[in-house]
Amino acid sequence: MNRRKFLHAGALATLAPATTRAASTAPSGPTSPPWTDARLRRLGAWDAHCHVSTPGATPAARMERLVAIADRVGVERLCVFMSPPWQNDPTPEQFRRSNDDVLAILKEWSARAFGFVYLNPNYPRESLDELNRCVADGPMIGIKLWVACRCNRPALDPIVARAAELDAVIFQHTWLKQRGTGNLPGESTPMELAELATRHPSAPLICGHAGGDRELGLRAIRPHSRVYADLGGGDPVSGEVELAVRELGAARVLYGSDAGGRSFASQLGRVLGADISDADKNLILRDNLRGLLRPALRRKGIEV
Amino acid sequence: MERRQFFRTAAALSATALAPHAPGAAMSAATGGAEFIDTQVWLGQWPTRRIFPASTPALVAKLQLHGVTEAWAGNFDAVLHADIGAANARLAEACARDGGGVLLPFGTVNPTLPDWEDEVKRCAEIHRMRGLRLFPNYQRYALTDPRFMRLLALATERRLLVQIAVAIEDERTQNPALAVRPTDVAGLADALDRVPTARVMLLNSFMHAGAGSAATLNRLAATRRVSHDIAALEGVGGVEKLLEASPEAQLVFGSHTPFFYFESALLKLHESVLKPAQSAALRSTNARAALTDSARGPNR
Repeated sequence: MNRRKFLHAGALATLAPATTRAASTAPSGPTSPPWTDARLRRLGAWDAHCHVSTPGATPAARMERLVAIADRVGVERLCVFMSPPWQNDPTPEQFRRSNDDVLAILKEWSARAFGFVYLNPNYPRESLDELNRCVADGPMIGIKLWVACRCNRPALDPIVARAAELDAVIFQHTWLKQRGTGNLPGESTPMELAELATRHPSAPLICGHAGGDRELGLRAIRPHSRVYADLGGGDPVSGEVELAVRELGAARVLYGSDAGGRSFASQLGRVLGADISDADKNLILRDNLRGLLRPALRRKGIEV
Repeated sequence: MERRQFFRTAAALSATALAPHAPGAAMSAATGGAEFIDTQVWLGQWPTRRIFPASTPALVAKLQLHGVTEAWAGNFDAVLHADIGAANARLAEACARDGGGVLLPFGTVNPTLPDWEDEVKRCAEIHRMRGLRLFPNYQRYALTDPRFMRLLALATERRLLVQIAVAIEDERTQNPALAVRPTDVAGLADALDRVPTARVMLLNSFMHAGAGSAATLNRLAATRRVSHDIAALEGVGGVEKLLEASPEAQLVFGSHTPFFYFESALLKLHESVLKPAQSAALRSTNARAALTDSARGPNR
């Protein structure tokens, strides 16, 4: 990772706080209009859930396109993983290739992007090797697990254990489609993530999509204090952010977009439009993720 | 759905002209007096979750705070209630009483109910509505159903714009007792052939599973009489991408609020780089043109 670039961006972030505190008269917190282009650009959000699927000749060119759009709505840092094409059950060669793309992005965009290594627990030895290549010996700071196998399987245990040694955060995709009856064979539910959390109570886990069906997913992870809810993906249904804050506490809720399939705007809008305090919005939009990633970044000599 | 493919074969759509503003509609200082139409807002309660803001004045205040000058409101009660006449009356009354000059009621007609034709008449003559909002998937009729054809013709005779809520909620998260697929719009092009002056606006047609195949949607685009709201349009820079693929696409601003957070639609206008004419079309002129065309009736 290019530390100079990273710290430069960090300084800019310090100069541009995530939200502007209320002035003496009209409200000027995150929900208060008017939303101008200039005001949005200063938002300073950190996005826990991005895929670089924008068009471009190279991974870095695709990232350039994505960053240009992120800039318009104030998304300052992006966690990126799983370079296309998508493979539900990737072979080791396929997930290495996907990770090579993310490594190429990090070479050019370390000031804006954090890399998460894509693994497949159906290949435990190769996954551990890849974890070491990209995180222990490389610039990545987290792990992405998708739909290759259910996350309550014992095959995940050595990956979680090694991740803990590296302070790497694990982002596990979860969904409850039609109450779980419509899931892919290897697609995890939030209840299965809760099982994993029970076996690894101190491991920080991100519940991707907050379980998809958030009213159920948030209940499933509620007892597990080290499981965080990613708001990304899914439609911006009113009340779900308020629900997450009420049931988990704002400190366990993360803004994520699931870009490029989803819009930064629609996903930011759910946080900015939620009936919660400005302080909670700041936690969700940036501070929680920053705190979660800080141990892994420190191992690489980066302070945020 | 591949949005680029969706519009690739569509013929150039007609340019929309700025039409006179509806009488009584409020103008907003927040937007410098520019017209800003939200084509999809709701009153009433959705059966499976509490929706905020909970009151009509609160909804209107929120819309006005963001510069919306006119919002087309449907009633969630009309989706499942059999007494649609009462639902429409409540909608009209609430818009008149609490709408602040912003809300325009769009009543509902369910062509599977007895004597449904009278509801069209009531919406037009008694409530003075400008449009209808239909729910074919929840009310279980297809767009190939002769009753829908008749409804489209009657609405056009009555100078009513027809909105079709293709979906309201992602089918992956629906309560199993209320599970419905999005409306299949494959039959709509044939219906439009039979009612040559009808105008139709599809709401939430980009939601998850989508409204139909690219070929179907291309065929609808070619009619130049079908528009889409952006409430469920996703993808980074989604509006810009779609308009790059089809510069004349008839997109209108719709927020699906309060079911969706209003800000989610609003911020899409900032996420995409739009030319002034595109921005104006999205914010008001396309919606205004659809309403104005419908008001001209069947003999225009």
